[in-house]
Amino acid sequence: MAIPKVVGTETEYGIFGPNTPDFNPVLASSFLINAYAGSLRRIRWDYEQESPLRDARGFEPVQERQPVEEELGLANVILPNGARYYVDHAHPEYSTPECAGPRALVVHDKAGELVLERSLDAVEALLPQGERITVYKNNTDGKGNSYGTHENYLVDRRTQFTRIVRDLTPFFVTRQIFTGAGKIGSESARGTEQRVAYQLTQRADFFEAEVGLETTLKRPIINTRDEPHADPEKYRRLHCIVGDANMCEVATFLKVGTTALVLKMIEDELLPDMSLENPVQALHHVSWDPTCRQTVKLLDGRRIRAVELQWEYLDHAKKYVKENDATAENAEVLQRWESVLAGLEDDPLSLHRELDWVAKYRLLTAYRERDGLDWRDPRLAMIALQYHDVRRSKGLYYRLAASGRVDRMATDDEIRDAVDAPPEDTRAYFRGRCIAKYPQAIAAASWDSIIFDTGRETLQRVPTREPLRGTRDHVEALLEASDSAEALVEGLQG
Amino acid sequence: MPQEQEQKRVQRRGDEGGASADADTAKASAKGQELTEEMDEILDEIDSVLEQNAEEFVKSYVQKGGE
Repeated sequence: MAIPKVVGTETEYGIFGPNTPDFNPVLASSFLINAYAGSLRRIRWDYEQESPLRDARGFEPVQERQPVEEELGLANVILPNGARYYVDHAHPEYSTPECAGPRALVVHDKAGELVLERSLDAVEALLPQGERITVYKNNTDGKGNSYGTHENYLVDRRTQFTRIVRDLTPFFVTRQIFTGAGKIGSESARGTEQRVAYQLTQRADFFEAEVGLETTLKRPIINTRDEPHADPEKYRRLHCIVGDANMCEVATFLKVGTTALVLKMIEDELLPDMSLENPVQALHHVSWDPTCRQTVKLLDGRRIRAVELQWEYLDHAKKYVKENDATAENAEVLQRWESVLAGLEDDPLSLHRELDWVAKYRLLTAYRERDGLDWRDPRLAMIALQYHDVRRSKGLYYRLAASGRVDRMATDDEIRDAVDAPPEDTRAYFRGRCIAKYPQAIAAASWDSIIFDTGRETLQRVPTREPLRGTRDHVEALLEASDSAEALVEGLQG
Repeated sequence: MPQEQEQKRVQRRGDEGGASADADTAKASAKGQELTEEMDEILDEIDSVLEQNAEEFVKSYVQKGGE
């Protein structure tokens, strides 16, 4: 029986100083995060359990990553909502707290955008006259550099990794038709050669391998990083690097909701072999085709369109949900999945309220037609970039949302609340509430631990290796009864 | 299940060929007018918030290092 799919996203935001010729994105990211964190006590990240180079296929780690950020003193904070907000390479990165389902994930993913927007507000007053910083929730600069939006799913350790690769790859290749955030042109040699004017995803051009450990070179459709941040005997954390950053709530909901369902079916070994003949090539071809009519070739010889392969996954998922997992949230995933596939069959452009690539395509096409512009016109590139601006006043997605032109799944109040409040049904609740209540007594924390300094001779490390323990139901009473971290640790031991 | 799905899809496509073609055309052109007006409004809004000096802006937007 499949295990519950705890999910989270990590988003590297694009950062830019339009009026600063020698703009340093690393320092600017740190500055931005520190401006937001302001009075929050800095809690050290506990790297003890992290091994980003461990491989799910069983290889030994080749080297341990040094926590460089820590050494440089770059910003790295854990927020009271259980999220991690830090400098990763040259970007501000926001990792949502662990969520028990796609709807909660939508709220927390959006809360991340709000945290970035508030960070920009906070940093504004600190910048020298005439300088400013802008931030984009996208995945490419249009010049061959890509930065990631990674999804994470809790997976049963007993699931054969080869089965994940077999059944998830065709799904990832074809889900692009609703997960894509849209991009002008192509950043790969083949795409340029084929004069791709507009494509569905920001990321497809950067993928060159089927399976692998890398995230920055030779990027693979299935990433094998094996770093569960949970009990490694029981769990894997499937680290998906092939997705785009979405602004549309429906797109995020579908991206995570459908993938979680597919993973459950993989754990229960219910999916037939739908392997593609050439997944990397298919990934590119599907992305390069806004008409959604291109076919891909399966290993069994069939040639079908991406949307047809998605109908097959949907049909299996309907049966699966009916027989094994009939929750209201799954019903919503199925209903929206079906409605989006139907739209993609009939007229992809009808989905401008739900999908980013369509919303953006519609803006660009209309602007282009009005002013008679070539696809390579810098004004179109500006529109495509500014679609992802996190500021409500400037971001084009947000301008569409403000006038009711995109479908919403979360309310503004829910999103605002999620900036401070953790999800109540995962271990993020325990982490977030401890950060909020005992900030002075926490020496370090991570996804699967909190280290308390209660004034004793030794630090007290509380492991949180079960993602569905430490929920409100489990620990609220104890947290309320514990006036100090010392009392809490005693309570946990007792 | 797959057969049911297939049927539904076929039906949906079938629905499009309605009998009252004239009414449909009239409706479509009214709808087209509405859409144009909506798009004009959206494009005006884009113009009012779009960063100035687009060419320089997008040229210098370079992101190195990630993931």
